Amino acid sequence: MTSPNDIEITQEIIEAHGLKPDEYERILDLMGREPTFTELGIFSAMWNEHCSYKSSKKWLRTLPTDGPQVIQGPGENAGVVDIGDGDCVVFKMESHNHPSYIEPYQGAATGVGGILRDVFTMGARPIAAMNALRFGATDHPKTRHLVAGVVSGVGGYGNSFGVPTVGGEVEFDARYNGNCLVNAFAAGLAKTDAIFYSKAEGVGLPVVYLGAKTGRDGVGGATMASAEFDETIEEKRPTVQVGDPFTEKCLLEASLELMASGAVIAIQDMGAAGLTCSAVEMGAKGDLGVELDLDKVPVREDNMTAYEMMLSESQERMLMVLRPELESVAKAIFVKWGLDFAIVGKTTDDLRFRIFHAGALVADLPIKELGDEAPEYDRPWRETGLYSPLAAHQVEEPEDYGAALLKIIGSANNASRRWVYEQYDTLIQGNSLQLPGGDAGVVRVEGHPTKALAFASDVTPRYVEADPYEGGKQAVAECWRNLTATGAEPLASTDNLNFGNPERPEIMGQLVKAIEGIGDACTALGFPIVSGNVSLYNETHGEAILPTPTIAGVGLIPDWSQMATIGGANNGDAVILIGGDGTHLGQSTYMRECLDQADGPPPPVDLLVEKRNGDFIRSAIRNGQFSACHDISDGGLALCLAEMAMASDLGMKIELGADNGPAHALLFGEDQARYVATVSSDLANFLCMNAEGAGISFRRIGFVEGDHLTIDDHLSISVKQLRHAHESWFPDYMDADTSLAAAE
Amino acid sequence: MIAALTTISGEPPVTVWQTETEIPDVDLIVIPGGFSYGDYLRCGAIAARMPVLEAVRRKAREGVRILGVCNGFQILVEAGLLPGALMRNASLKFVCKEVQLEVSNADTLFTKHYQQGEIIRCPVAHHDGNFFAEPDMLRQLEDNGQVAFRYANGTNPNGSLNDIAGIINRNGNVLGMMPHPENLIEAAHGGKDGYALFSAALGLAA
Repeated sequence: MTSPNDIEITQEIIEAHGLKPDEYERILDLMGREPTFTELGIFSAMWNEHCSYKSSKKWLRTLPTDGPQVIQGPGENAGVVDIGDGDCVVFKMESHNHPSYIEPYQGAATGVGGILRDVFTMGARPIAAMNALRFGATDHPKTRHLVAGVVSGVGGYGNSFGVPTVGGEVEFDARYNGNCLVNAFAAGLAKTDAIFYSKAEGVGLPVVYLGAKTGRDGVGGATMASAEFDETIEEKRPTVQVGDPFTEKCLLEASLELMASGAVIAIQDMGAAGLTCSAVEMGAKGDLGVELDLDKVPVREDNMTAYEMMLSESQERMLMVLRPELESVAKAIFVKWGLDFAIVGKTTDDLRFRIFHAGALVADLPIKELGDEAPEYDRPWRETGLYSPLAAHQVEEPEDYGAALLKIIGSANNASRRWVYEQYDTLIQGNSLQLPGGDAGVVRVEGHPTKALAFASDVTPRYVEADPYEGGKQAVAECWRNLTATGAEPLASTDNLNFGNPERPEIMGQLVKAIEGIGDACTALGFPIVSGNVSLYNETHGEAILPTPTIAGVGLIPDWSQMATIGGANNGDAVILIGGDGTHLGQSTYMRECLDQADGPPPPVDLLVEKRNGDFIRSAIRNGQFSACHDISDGGLALCLAEMAMASDLGMKIELGADNGPAHALLFGEDQARYVATVSSDLANFLCMNAEGAGISFRRIGFVEGDHLTIDDHLSISVKQLRHAHESWFPDYMDADTSLAAAE
Repeated sequence: MIAALTTISGEPPVTVWQTETEIPDVDLIVIPGGFSYGDYLRCGAIAARMPVLEAVRRKAREGVRILGVCNGFQILVEAGLLPGALMRNASLKFVCKEVQLEVSNADTLFTKHYQQGEIIRCPVAHHDGNFFAEPDMLRQLEDNGQVAFRYANGTNPNGSLNDIAGIINRNGNVLGMMPHPENLIEAAHGGKDGYALFSAALGLAA
């Protein structure tokens, strides 16, 4: 049960810690001696991919992270962006992929818990959450089990904690069969003059442990998350942490109260690699050493070793450096909230990380080398081959357009996500203005009469796989577009880069090119990356996931009475297509769902046009000219119109004409930078004149009328029938006979 | 809930910590929703045993108006201030959506600003809202007009017996309900159907 610290370090032990031979050599060089078992565990925790970003750091540095609105970019617990009036929004997205595949409920729950903690560690009160979920093929025996577990885990934690879940994504693809993705986003509000950081300052100050007790759960979690999966996966269950949202809620209230008392000098939550990572980060950032006495750490199990305590990922814990004169004030606050409060160490001036346990020194390591000077790799990479252009006439037309639309709208990847989001509390806190199901979630800023924040999360992995550079651009552009479609000004974004094994040059090439595309789009759109997370080694038996760089963004709506929704259309309104006709069918939903093909390049994003069209849309919304607005993405114009019709509960009569291109490209083309807006008939001419003046490509394509969506003589489907197809898939799938799943 | 009460009454409510033994003189005591003690044992079971609940019981006996919403309803039931039990939803899943409520008794301190039989919109957000009572108790609740709100038009989200969404005690001063009227009181919420409940409970104009 206990592992003595003088256990011999063998080749097997080094490998089991995920350390490569050259990395171990480097440890020997640094220390001038063999590490103890605890020291080896600490190195492994700090130098694994998850904590050190050793494969991606070189490329992450190229991302734009600055702007006049940015208060804090990457490198802290979360990014911080100014929203005026002395307020700021604090946000980040982080993956919990590996744990969620092993144990979906707790894996997803603690993913939500971890990201919430990142946000309130900065002094912000969480106001919104989102999550981007990706699962394997719907007929894979594990998929239902993972969907059910992950969704209830996300809800179980977020609902109890009391943060509204206002958006997200759910996607199915066989490439996630062996690795599901759970990317959790949280945002909070803080005052710009009351943001808290992890950098410790001052020598000889108390290092304080706060929150829940330390147990053996999650030992080695970060190292596990930095390896591929194989048949030993079931043995990894003990590396998954167990969440307690009620304790987290108490920790939130106690932390904010403590911060307001002026006692906090530095604060860091214990996430991946728990006590190790939080102590090293606080010390290394502040150029200070840290000494910890593990006999003072509150534990919930007997006979825990130093190794286990240092590597435990028990949840709902924080480490702080406190002003010594306010120690009793701080303690009283934590006692009131029923949480542990223990002085477990102090800061020192010698840049060493020293751990004492049972009176003995069990680890004595150089803190800088552990933290900011972890190994960094320039891994070999190569670009993946690209598809040849694919003209629309090379793509087969559907025999029946109505059937094609119904098939798309009722498919696993495009059906309504109501089954999912009705398990999330979307209304708690009473500030939710737009719920899941539209372009972006919108939450008003409490205490301000008119301001609101919009949140969206996007990526189209099949585009990224077909062309990592264009796919990276598109993920940013779509997120920016979704925020814009509510009338928000996109402020900044966070990236959650999910890829396979970076030691394979083709995977590394996907990562490099996707980051390049993300960077170019963020620069062109003025949408800097202020926080993020990289999750590599998402592979099972050597098969990688689709490259999935999830982009989540935040936008500001100055006056929420002038925001747009997808469902506000009125009878008689003109329907206007902005951004040009559909032409591009490569990698489209139409090809995938109706032809079972994946061919051609993904739609390219012209970032200048994207910006110009988006700026026009935003200005029209803010001038109150649209009754409804929706961006065009997966499924093209046809799916966009169907979603608007369902949301407004009104039909539309659309005429695209025969001379504007092949009908299947007009209806299902996924060309970028496009929107559909509905406009009252008396404003329609005015709006079109404005668009013409601004050099925006636009076309009146019909009007809102009746209870059918009619497009030329291609299709005419009642809104009721659309809704039936759209709403049925998810509940039918989840309620279906699960003998398949049981047969696993 | 605090924000809603502040919006409606024009001043923030007094908050009382769980270990307090006295509650100041107030017009209305509200036990809001949430997940007290994580609901790990049974929803509301531990909260109902906190010292402040003794003070709530005293106030209830004195006739002070008491409203419990969601977890607050569960706590009132666990504390014995309202009858019945709230079981896990029939779907076994958390559910957050808008439902329709019928005002089944508009002749109470809380519902008098509604019309008898009026249908209102109201959101729900809970995992354990499936109201249950023994047949005798259920009959008594119905006969005494203690059912204040009922899920209407097939929107029962949790399997509650007789579509019961909210009940009132015999004295008419304690109301418990699973739906969240505080999340539908202003234009930003997309409707104001919940406002009249608070204006009545606080003794304000409709």
